Amino acid sequence: MTRTLVIAGYGMVGHRVAAALRARDAAGEFRIVVFAEESRAAYDRVALTSYVDGWNAGALTLPDVGFRDDDEVHLGDPVVAIEREARVVRTASGYRQPYDALVLATGSKPFVPPIPGHDLPGCFVYRTIDDLDAIRDAVHGTESTPGRAAAMVVGGGLLGLEAANALRGMGVSPHIVELGSRLMPVQVDDGGGSLLRRLVEQLDLTVHTGVSTQAIEPSDQRLLAKLSNGTELDLDLVVFAAGVRPRDELARESGLAVGERGGIVVDEGCRTSDPEVYAVGECALIDGRVYGLIAPGNAMAELLVDRLLGGAATFPGADTATKLKLLGVDVASFGDAHAATQGALEVVVNDAVSGSYKKLVVSDDAKTLLGGILVGDASDYATLRPMVGRDLPASPAALLAPAGGGSAIGVDALPDDALICSCNTVSKGAITEAVVLGGCDTVGKLKDCTKAGTTCGSCVPMLKQLLAGCGVEQSNALCEHFGQSRTELFEIVGATGIRTFSALIERYGTGRGCDICKPAVASILASLPGGHILDGEQASLQDTNDHFLANLQRNGTYSVVPRIPGGEISADKLLVIAEVARDFRLYTKITGGQRIDLFGATVDQLPMIWRRLVDAGFESGHAYGKALRTVKSCVGTTWCRFGVQDAVGMAIELELRYRGLRSPHKIKAAVSGCARECAEARGKDFGVIATEAGWNLYVGGNGGFTPRHADLLVSDVDSATLIKLIDRFLMFYVRTADRLQRTAAWIEAMDGGLDHLRAVIVDDSLGICADLEAAMSEHVHNYADEWRGVLEDPVKLARFTSFVNAPGTPDPTISFRTERGQRVPEVAAR
Amino acid sequence: MTTLDDHQTLVAVCPYADLQPDRGVAAILPSGAQVAVFLLSDGSLRAIGNIDPFSAAGVLSRGIVGDRAGTPVVVSPVYKQAFDLRTGACLDDPSVTLPVYRVVHDENMIWVGH
Repeated sequence: MTRTLVIAGYGMVGHRVAAALRARDAAGEFRIVVFAEESRAAYDRVALTSYVDGWNAGALTLPDVGFRDDDEVHLGDPVVAIEREARVVRTASGYRQPYDALVLATGSKPFVPPIPGHDLPGCFVYRTIDDLDAIRDAVHGTESTPGRAAAMVVGGGLLGLEAANALRGMGVSPHIVELGSRLMPVQVDDGGGSLLRRLVEQLDLTVHTGVSTQAIEPSDQRLLAKLSNGTELDLDLVVFAAGVRPRDELARESGLAVGERGGIVVDEGCRTSDPEVYAVGECALIDGRVYGLIAPGNAMAELLVDRLLGGAATFPGADTATKLKLLGVDVASFGDAHAATQGALEVVVNDAVSGSYKKLVVSDDAKTLLGGILVGDASDYATLRPMVGRDLPASPAALLAPAGGGSAIGVDALPDDALICSCNTVSKGAITEAVVLGGCDTVGKLKDCTKAGTTCGSCVPMLKQLLAGCGVEQSNALCEHFGQSRTELFEIVGATGIRTFSALIERYGTGRGCDICKPAVASILASLPGGHILDGEQASLQDTNDHFLANLQRNGTYSVVPRIPGGEISADKLLVIAEVARDFRLYTKITGGQRIDLFGATVDQLPMIWRRLVDAGFESGHAYGKALRTVKSCVGTTWCRFGVQDAVGMAIELELRYRGLRSPHKIKAAVSGCARECAEARGKDFGVIATEAGWNLYVGGNGGFTPRHADLLVSDVDSATLIKLIDRFLMFYVRTADRLQRTAAWIEAMDGGLDHLRAVIVDDSLGICADLEAAMSEHVHNYADEWRGVLEDPVKLARFTSFVNAPGTPDPTISFRTERGQRVPEVAAR
Repeated sequence: MTTLDDHQTLVAVCPYADLQPDRGVAAILPSGAQVAVFLLSDGSLRAIGNIDPFSAAGVLSRGIVGDRAGTPVVVSPVYKQAFDLRTGACLDDPSVTLPVYRVVHDENMIWVGH
């Protein structure tokens, strides 16, 4: 008979219980009923700070649980009482739900120190999406007063720095007040803490350590904070991020055992003092400890599900290892980071010049790794952490050697039971088994199959190494005719001076080519300066859109999109488009890129249509090409009361600069004149958002199948710097991306991802920026309108005919009907 | 219309010089049938039906010409199925075959049989 499992609390661990049960309860033993306090489904709270990047709660969505039809999720209706005798829970709305087993996954509540004034308006906590929305509203509420909002974060630990990071994302540079003697006192030591402080202070944040907040007072519509060292701060808002406390009140009130300092007491199977009631995650007191981290929470969720289904799993102990990037600074801490073990030795490399601090803690014989701290550069974390408790493969000093000198450690040195993904408890052995026996030959398949790398992602580089170690070669071959990737072909063309497809395939490929390699090579050749894409042999490489410089539609007709830079157009030019559409009876539609698409033109009509448009000052919009499409804009300071920069002017400048740039895939862009982001710039390959001080540049966004928001590359740059960086970004993309790879996938696939991209195009780590800029400048200089190029060349013009033996004869397969006053294709049945 | 031999009537398509290697042109026959004519880079001429059976549009002359494992093909620009230029067979759907036309040339003209 089906039993009912009630889950009280729908945070990450509650979600994990449901997901694990749905994955493993093949016999359908349990029906799941979830009660959530928050009014939204479980989300990725670990990534809460990233919510500030786009205020898109959807981006924090957790993987689908796969609920059964008879499962229930009640949002915004928390459990408020447990009637243990009757085995019923009661919710805030008065609903009574019987259970066979009950899981308390109520998580934590923020700890707010009992300071006078802690509950004044303007004081916030940092735990939920709603908290962040409230903080944002408070920051916006101060916009009418001069100067930036002033804020204080109480707490300089992990959570405090996250909160400070979020405030920085809202344009605020907060004070950080930490009671301990250093930032992140739990994770790092004094050496790491002082480097962390220096790096954080470089970001315009003010750090106060060894200081407590004594009172917060209202002061002329604002707040006045009095610190224990006598400092007084005038503030607009205060965020308490000084730690969390387990939410055990439900257990307390229903007579379950709780710890002296809080937490619901559970045994090694997560069972409370009532055998039908379990507790998991941050509310549970297991092995005498409460863990405020996701990895132990996930481990408890998994073992609980195993127990519910008759297994005997026990808590494996918690890995409290932490690696994060806070305020742009890498911090990692693992194992016995503070050398608490008897006789433990410490080996420290503190490089103040490069800004990195590394400490390994080893056993008294210096043979076994016990733990470590990495600040500034945590790239060794993924290989060091799994070695905790094991013999070191090299001397500790060699392990800490700078990356340039070639670190002595690799994933090969790890034993099979070493944890590669600590978030999801996946061992090296499990991953190699999935590769060798399970046939997982890509990182994506490994993620699906083992869950490794799906939470924090820090082990993804190791997954790649393991794939390579198992002999899995990721084929880069473009198609059956070329063993090379697009990037390699680009380099070959650049290095050899080969300028035709036939010469390239003869020397570097086989056969005659196909619809994959021909357009790819055409795109590479088109990226080189000069010439028309329909010159000579190049014409035969183009797919039909590029061949006819228009977009093929389902009935064999084409659509025509003239460029309207930035979406700005005069009434006279609108009239021209209207007359062309009327005279050729074209269906017209406004596009998402702020221009006008004219549908239903036959091949022989295209040059006539272009003639009219070109004479009126229009040019090709490249809607048909793997090329820059549009730079969308809002009206910016020109009209908008809220704009802070000239968004239209910038959009037009960018669109005219990059028009005609051929690339591995289409490129879309936008410019917003303020943080309200009306141009939806973060959904574009590159997006520019105006700030008081200049422009923020975002890269790697797209809509489509897998929508993705662009990531911030640089902030507050001036117009010249902005254009220089976009020049580099686009040219680097054109040269190194794979065929049909949008910028988002290109950045994701890059070793080192966005950080690497930033190093290459902002810090010029490869020394190629001057070359990229020169290539773009050549592109800008050589741009010519492709439509005009056809109109001025009788040979090219002659190709625009439906039937070569009967020019002017209409194609009998094309017919139209009328819908809402316009002509649309009459589609023949297949 | 010109008769070149005793057995088949041929229709003039266009001057040979107008064809581009590995690219097609469309012609319409007196019957109303549409033919896609291709000059391949090895110098051979091929002609198959121009109507793409998957979209019912007359577009195959506008597809990219190449080979699949050595078979000369044109790929429909609409839904990307490949057709064998020698037999008209669709390589992606064995149930579909296009008509094949005879195509020849003399000193200056391309001719298609119908």
